[in-house]
Amino acid sequence: MADEKKTVDPEKEKRKIKSVRRMKEIMTAYYIDAKNAGKSGRKVAWITSGGPVEPLIAMDVIPVYPENHGAMIGASKMGAVLCAKAEETGYSRDLCSYARSDIGASLTNGGPIGGLPAPDFLVCCNNICGTVLKWYEVQARKYNVPLFFFDTPFIHTDFTEDARKYVRTQVDEYIGFLEQACGRKMDYGRMEEVGRLSVKAQRLWRDVLETCAHSPAPMTAFDAFFHLALIVTLRGTRVVVDYYTELLAELRDRIARGISMVPDEKYRLIWDNLPVWYKTKWLSDKFAEHHACLVADTYCSAWSGVLDLIDENNFLESMATAYPSIYINVSIDRMFVILKNMLVKYRADGLVMHSNRSCKPYSLGQYDLQKMVMKELGIPVLIIEADMVDERSFSESQIETRIDAFMEVLKQGR
Amino acid sequence: MITAGIDIGSITAKALALSGNEILGSRVAFTGYNPEQAAADIFGALLAEIGIERASIGAVVSTGYGRNAVRFADRAITEIICHAAGAYFQDPSVRTVIDIGGQDSKIISIADGGRVRDFAMNDKCAAGTGRFLEVMSRAMEVPLDSFGEMSRRSKSPAPISNTCTVFAESEVISLISKGVQRQDILAGLHESIASRIASMAARIGVAAPVMMTGGVAKNGGLVDALERCLSVEISVTPNAQVNGALGAAVLAAGGLEKK
Repeated sequence: MADEKKTVDPEKEKRKIKSVRRMKEIMTAYYIDAKNAGKSGRKVAWITSGGPVEPLIAMDVIPVYPENHGAMIGASKMGAVLCAKAEETGYSRDLCSYARSDIGASLTNGGPIGGLPAPDFLVCCNNICGTVLKWYEVQARKYNVPLFFFDTPFIHTDFTEDARKYVRTQVDEYIGFLEQACGRKMDYGRMEEVGRLSVKAQRLWRDVLETCAHSPAPMTAFDAFFHLALIVTLRGTRVVVDYYTELLAELRDRIARGISMVPDEKYRLIWDNLPVWYKTKWLSDKFAEHHACLVADTYCSAWSGVLDLIDENNFLESMATAYPSIYINVSIDRMFVILKNMLVKYRADGLVMHSNRSCKPYSLGQYDLQKMVMKELGIPVLIIEADMVDERSFSESQIETRIDAFMEVLKQGR
Repeated sequence: MITAGIDIGSITAKALALSGNEILGSRVAFTGYNPEQAAADIFGALLAEIGIERASIGAVVSTGYGRNAVRFADRAITEIICHAAGAYFQDPSVRTVIDIGGQDSKIISIADGGRVRDFAMNDKCAAGTGRFLEVMSRAMEVPLDSFGEMSRRSKSPAPISNTCTVFAESEVISLISKGVQRQDILAGLHESIASRIASMAARIGVAAPVMMTGGVAKNGGLVDALERCLSVEISVTPNAQVNGALGAAVLAAGGLEKK
């Protein structure tokens, strides 16, 4: 194995996405900034991955994401150890592994970056799940800092006018909370600029993902999982727009030059749910071995999925509709429409659903979605059981058999 | 052409040789801790038993959890495809296969021509598998081979609520201490497995005719419970345990495959 790493395979080199280096620089600079916030006098806010970050950017607050941190912990294969730390203090193993690893890291200053910088305040939006409410309460108590809840009602059928007004009121409350926490007024001119940059970044992110509609795809969902970090953490800043502009140009250039990520791409698959962060390489190689490319996923696209609902010239008003409307805050019927469009658009041969032990709102309903996809589109669906961060919930040989069998079924169907 | 199928399961290894439509012979042995060695041993024993030289075997397909450890195989194919091929070989009318092996249980839906239409497998849990029954066999001091016959004598199966193997074992022990009759506990265990399999089967739908394969198919009590639970007749052939190896041998001969 060690020998394999040393030799440079020109074929593999050609397939590497060059922008990755710039992305790493940006993320490193971002975390250095966040860790040194105390020295620079900037405030640090912890915020949930689906939360409205733009007002924070407009107030020059550094947003920090325990979930992005959780993903890093998972990718560094430190999840089980940190989750166990949280379990030792009494948290159930059934609790989300982002929450457990974050709590574990904050107890021990452990993890790949030695823990997150302490927050000045927390912003929690429940459009991604209900776990965040208690998780953020726990951390607000631990750090003894204020906590703002941005409550986004679940959309069962339609997003009602009453619900919209309810969320819209909270936008003002949120800004009031920020003004108090930061000790100064919101600059609404700046907020408008941030809103426009956010929309611009989301458009670019959508375009980046949609390059994979091309066959063969210039990248896979596994690459998208990596490039996702910026749209999650820093949307509303210039650096995100610049980065995705560069990445998009590179991907389009790959298409023009016929460079695909999976050599000899024969099968196009869609991924559902969060990545299995500690097994992305293994899964990527496993699918590539079958000439299968994960061309799109429901997770990464969630950060550009509500673009149509945002008015870039009236950001604060429209975010009251956009933030509650994201993929997992809607009914299965609505999720199916999104999923169906994706399967058709990307000309998918199959759907791979990660039944994620940690993420109940994302995993609940997958068996129904599986049936709906098979019935309406006749596309085969594989469900694999794992966890995004806690590698103790991953059984390699079982998952390998399921993937191999699924690919054999797809091949038989050809 | 003579072909062979080698099925290295989590508990047992199976080997089978096929010549056209004729099964020349088959063997079953424990896998042990070294699947590669188990494969070599059982293949050697099979060749000796049927009196055929290695060179006469045209192609070998391996399957089962240890499929990639079988170095001498020409191809490795998962047990899902192999069980479907084996069942289809035995009875082309079969549309659903229920395979319960050592650590996996699976439902395979077969399309016309023997292709796999869809499949469902148990989650990361040994409940409802052969290993589950082995654990219970020890707790009950009843040999596995007697499970079927003994459970059929039960008039009121004991309810087993736990779906976890470990907790179900504790539950069984507490039933024993309460003096519940062995046949009733066994029948209860079979019903708990059957209901678990039934809910998995519901995910992909059960179309008749149904065949049960895998070592657990030898347990008639469980087959009865499954028939009741699914309201369908289930066939079991004498080749049930070696069905995966049979399918592998069929696939080695190029059966079912589209070029």
